[in-house]
Amino acid sequence: MVSFLFKRLLQSIIVMFTVALIAFSMFRFVGDPINNMVGQDTSQEERDELREKLGLNDPFVVQFLRFAGNAAVGDFGYSYKYKIPVSEMIAERMPATLELAFISAILSLVVGIPLGVYTALRREGILSKIAMAMSLVGVSLPTFLIGILLILFFGVVLRWLPTFGRGDVVELGFWTTGFLTKSGILSLILPSITLALFQLTLIMRLVRAEMLEVLRTDFIKFAKARGLPDRAVHFKHALKNTLVPVITITGLQLGSLIAFAIITESVFQWPGMGLMFIQAIADVDIPIMAAYLVLIAFFFVLINMIVDILYYAVDPRLRTSDGS
Amino acid sequence: MEKAVETSRLDRFLDSDIWHSFKGNPVAIVSLIITLIMVLSAVFAPFIAPHDPFDLMKIDIMDSSLPPSWMEEGEARFLLGTDDQGRDILSTIMYGARISLTVGFASVIFSMIVGITLGLISGYAGGRVDAFIMRVADIQLSFPAILIALLIDGVARGIFSSELHSEISLYVLIFAIGISGWVQYARTVRGSTLVEKNKEYVQAARVIGIRPGTILRRHILPNVMGPVMVIATIHLAVAVITEATLSFLGVGVPPTTPSLGTLIRIGNEYLFSGEWWITIFPGATLLILVLAVNLLGDWLRDALNPKLR
Repeated sequence: MVSFLFKRLLQSIIVMFTVALIAFSMFRFVGDPINNMVGQDTSQEERDELREKLGLNDPFVVQFLRFAGNAAVGDFGYSYKYKIPVSEMIAERMPATLELAFISAILSLVVGIPLGVYTALRREGILSKIAMAMSLVGVSLPTFLIGILLILFFGVVLRWLPTFGRGDVVELGFWTTGFLTKSGILSLILPSITLALFQLTLIMRLVRAEMLEVLRTDFIKFAKARGLPDRAVHFKHALKNTLVPVITITGLQLGSLIAFAIITESVFQWPGMGLMFIQAIADVDIPIMAAYLVLIAFFFVLINMIVDILYYAVDPRLRTSDGS
Repeated sequence: MEKAVETSRLDRFLDSDIWHSFKGNPVAIVSLIITLIMVLSAVFAPFIAPHDPFDLMKIDIMDSSLPPSWMEEGEARFLLGTDDQGRDILSTIMYGARISLTVGFASVIFSMIVGITLGLISGYAGGRVDAFIMRVADIQLSFPAILIALLIDGVARGIFSSELHSEISLYVLIFAIGISGWVQYARTVRGSTLVEKNKEYVQAARVIGIRPGTILRRHILPNVMGPVMVIATIHLAVAVITEATLSFLGVGVPPTTPSLGTLIRIGNEYLFSGEWWITIFPGATLLILVLAVNLLGDWLRDALNPKLR
């Protein structure tokens, strides 16, 4: 187990290193950083002085190590457009994205797993057929289109729910939350459904496929032969054994949720990191792009590590042998 | 002689498992018909579209924001209504689908070429080359395709001047979507290559001294194409969605040559003033196209899967 974890840690470090290298290359070689920082009327001497001061004349390796060192403590320099530290902008917008992603993840699990179990147990039922047909539409429907349809229906036609922004937020130290006000919670509903729908259908289809597979195995037949009630067979035996792939996919999807939040956030004008990233691309604001890339990579690596550790908790088979 | 080969190929196709499975599957038939109608009306848009939405001489601001023809105030000339500039929605959808499908097909082909080549090399060469390619694939796979496409587009904006960028943005988009999709092809082809390369026909080819490049191209490639076609079909749906998403976010094709995604984005601004048709019709077109291609892919996967036969 220790050697396995060590291996994974090493792999994660390599991934982070690669991503940092890409982010740094973007920062250093796409456009001239000096031109992006100073105005038109800055003289050549002042530019050279700034270049020397920022260490842009140092060897590549030295510059990269400095970049990586700063990035490790959350310092990504200044935004070209807004002239304020990127870390401040991210800190301000991270709560919005994380709250949205968190609610969506909960939603897709709480709805997706029961639906998957149900459709696997009642394969020929009308409800199952409807759910499966809807799931195919859900997979084919692009995220932004779901958002637009929800806005049209609940925002424009029925006028029930707010369709942009976070509503009123409460500040709790460094964290701003929308969970504590009515308008904050109402504002969360449409974006979180939009973001959750794709993952929900994916989880539902996965749980269904895994359940069908497990229900065919001998130990389920044996459990039934022992006269255990259906409930125990289905939930204690079958569902438990579908959890390993479900955890894998859910974990990986959690990362995608943060990335797909880019789309949801721009549909609903949600003031999170994704909206900031899209605006940064339009403005070619490289420091923000680089910071976002490193941050997302970090989330992914972290989630992957947690998923791997969870395997050990869920699947006893992995604990007996080396497993890697 | 040529003719005889041709007919026997057709006969062989008409007697193949694929054709029999296709004939017995109404969902696949309908999906193929829908896909073909969309592709053909996109290809021939300049000839069959009722209006030319990009000819400034022919559009009239007086016709702007008309609802579909079956509603009150709608006009028979504009079946699905017009947008804010008086352009016929049906025509812009046909032209838009043209851009969307061009980007979709081109990026799928690009992904296929990169993915198949790297997969073949990886599987056949093995060792360090294999380890390196698969490591790169692993790293890329841990990020969603849309994020990679966004980053490539963002970097391209930084490198090229803005006029040059809007000129070549279609190619940038194809490159971005294509690069973000090669991994699946490479992994699948590598897996099949590992199986095929130890079979006797490959060993025989090696023994009589055929060069590795030729063995890969002439002997192994045809035998690994089955699963690749399944991935390509489903990937087409993904590529069309990705293009639409990028264009919706405003970082895809320039507004002068709108794709379905751009049309949806433009229409989105008029949603609150009640002009729903500007968004909903391009959106529905996109949904139907993607759904049909997905269903085709599902059928193809089942038809080619020997386990289900």
